[in-house]
Amino acid sequence: MKKYGKFAALVVIIVGTLLWLATAGIKENQTYYKTVAELGHMGDQAYVKRLRVAGDVGAGSIVRKGGVVEFTLVQEKLNLKVAYDGSDPLPDTFRDGAQALADGKMGHDGVFHANKVQAKCASKYQAKPGQRPVTPASTNKASL
Amino acid sequence: MENLENIGALAVLLAFCLAIYAVFGSVTGKLRRNPFLIVSAERAVYGVWFLITLASAILVSALMTGDFRFSYVAEHSNRAMPAIYKFAAWWGGQEGSLLFWSWLLATYAAVVVFTNRRKHRDFMPYVVAVLATVQTFFLILNAFVVTPFQMLASGNLITAVPDGNGLNPLLQYPAMAIHPPMLYLGYVGFAVPFAFAIASLITRQPGDGWINTTRRWTMVTWLFQGCGIMLGSAWAYHVLGWGGYWAWDPVENASVLPWLGGTAFLHSVMMQEKKGMMKVWNMVLVSATFFLCIFGTFLTRSGVVSSVHAFAQSPIGKYFVTFLAIGIAATIYLILDRLDYLKSEAQLEAVVSRESSFLFNNLVLLASCFAVLWGTLFPVISEAITGEKISLDPPWFDRLMIPIGLFLLFLTGVGPLFAWRRTSTDSLRRNFMWPGIASVVLTAVLIAAGIRHVYALISFGFCVFVAVTIILEFVKGAKQIAAKTQTNFAHAVVELTHRNTRRYGGYVVHMGIVLMFVGFTGAAFNKNRVDEMKPGDSVRLGSYQLTVKDTHEGENENYLWQNASIEVIKNGSNLGILTPESRMYKASRQPTHEVALRSRLNEDLYLNFAGINGGRVILQSYIFPLVSWIWIGALTLIFGTLIALVPSKIKREYARTQVVGITRKHATVEK
Repeated sequence: MKKYGKFAALVVIIVGTLLWLATAGIKENQTYYKTVAELGHMGDQAYVKRLRVAGDVGAGSIVRKGGVVEFTLVQEKLNLKVAYDGSDPLPDTFRDGAQALADGKMGHDGVFHANKVQAKCASKYQAKPGQRPVTPASTNKASL
Repeated sequence: MENLENIGALAVLLAFCLAIYAVFGSVTGKLRRNPFLIVSAERAVYGVWFLITLASAILVSALMTGDFRFSYVAEHSNRAMPAIYKFAAWWGGQEGSLLFWSWLLATYAAVVVFTNRRKHRDFMPYVVAVLATVQTFFLILNAFVVTPFQMLASGNLITAVPDGNGLNPLLQYPAMAIHPPMLYLGYVGFAVPFAFAIASLITRQPGDGWINTTRRWTMVTWLFQGCGIMLGSAWAYHVLGWGGYWAWDPVENASVLPWLGGTAFLHSVMMQEKKGMMKVWNMVLVSATFFLCIFGTFLTRSGVVSSVHAFAQSPIGKYFVTFLAIGIAATIYLILDRLDYLKSEAQLEAVVSRESSFLFNNLVLLASCFAVLWGTLFPVISEAITGEKISLDPPWFDRLMIPIGLFLLFLTGVGPLFAWRRTSTDSLRRNFMWPGIASVVLTAVLIAAGIRHVYALISFGFCVFVAVTIILEFVKGAKQIAAKTQTNFAHAVVELTHRNTRRYGGYVVHMGIVLMFVGFTGAAFNKNRVDEMKPGDSVRLGSYQLTVKDTHEGENENYLWQNASIEVIKNGSNLGILTPESRMYKASRQPTHEVALRSRLNEDLYLNFAGINGGRVILQSYIFPLVSWIWIGALTLIFGTLIALVPSKIKREYARTQVVGITRKHATVEK
């Protein structure tokens, strides 16, 4: 039985280390998904937690000021001002009307300071039903 | 032809009926011992292939000719696209790619049935049944849920639009056209070893017939999947403009999960082949890998986890969940019910042994699989438990996966050199003295050179350790052959490899992994800066001096473009001009960035033109050390896998240490 003891000990050490790495890392690396509306109700929590906000990029709202890119995220008619100062270039899919996700923290100035912005890649990534360029009155299945 | 779409839809529907017939025909045929039914079920598999091929051909011809009555064509193709991307639009969208999935599966199934038409007659009916069941599931989606043969209509009349949306210009890139088919070839391919495993379980096969039969399938599938993942990485690096090749995005994770499972499986089957151990485990692994493939397909299409890649929200999620739930439950039941047939023939004997290194390789691969799965699904899990949707950021994945990766790298070096059963201290010293010394020396040199990054030091140390062990293996073997046969060394290396392609091909694969780790480790030393510069300004990045010479702009029929000429000087010598460019495609209003890349083995200089702000160029410049080694490593890995697929010159029979109650393989062939 002695050799199984050794195996068990090794397995416990490996799994234990990984569990420790996983759980200890969770707190500092988590991002809360919030809607623009929820952001307004969060109170002081909004300034502390890392947040991820989704919305459409407001038409004509993208302004570049030095290293900072400012734009507005629109979600259900609510607007959120975002200032992006991350080091990565904004993705090519980031443009007026694109669906975007901004990661960052809420600032006391009422502007959301993002250090990461993702925009929905297109193509594979299909248009939402409402955005179809073709707007047939109705779509019927062919013959079935 | 006016009504081809009706024929296409009908073909899918008939294929669905035939696939169901194949399931019931082969099972009933087997149970009633009716060979006619069994054969007719196999013919049904060919029929399914023919019908799906027909349906696909109709869809592809609509794409190629621009039949914009098809809503799929209108959404994914346009007149201006080059023919290759029109063809690639087959897998460019939800409906088409699921049809493509079905077609690949039908092709695989037809090949399996054909190549085994005279082999494994006792359990082939169940192989057919399992494959046809999976086929039926995908045909349900093709025929009833997301049909590619949907027409655009106005009122009750089918109409066409003048031109389609086209494929996103970002994806009009050769690597991107073949990246999805590669991944799918991998995803779909694991259905075959799974089907053989299940069939062998159902019929209570005594031997390892299913493993021997499916070894090549598994390797080819694994290779395709690896190629698909690497193509995706290479595309992200070269096209997206931020120089990343991996970001732990859910869709990337979905592709790497089955690859990790498959890697574990490829290793642990060796334990069963040579020692008759880990039989239950192999069943679990092959099933898990297959279900992870289905899960990956589900994850990319259902929008369950928000991702930069994800397909739009669609109703197919619940179908996948149902299929996964039933499939997994049935598999678990089957394995538990047949446990007696999966008894191990040998036992673990020592911690320092080949068996044990396989065991830990599997443990760690599975742990990494689980970690990635957990991290990917964390938003779903946390929402279910706390009501708050929380995602885990890439640093969390790095934190776990870097140590896991390093441990695996270490095992890559030591595992193949441990002896079966137990390893003597003497052999340890013999095998590991030089690699150990090389590793210590290199680490010391790196520390002396001022590198303090702990993981990087460990990684480089292990890389050199593993590389030396592999080289020594080749040198030792080849020297013996060279002495015996009086040939030169190079010839002896080829001869050595040819004698045992699995072993030496495997070493080459391991070497590929080492080179990739060298490339990954380079990321610890990335440098970057962002500057706004007017012509004449210059900045320093590392040892490079970058000067903006001038800017240009213009347009052609496809896009508007702007670029900047950047003079690059390194240590006083002029390396010429790099011109990063940004484009705005007219049809899709899609901007893209053409990065300028100076790629060398030691580092890449990567320049991205982010735009112009009041006459000043916004220039993002990066240095990515060693990144080329990732691509070199990937090519080495492909080469090694191909070697391992070549049949060995010398057939080896592995005597098992203890053989308990094994009847001869395929001793009983039922009629």
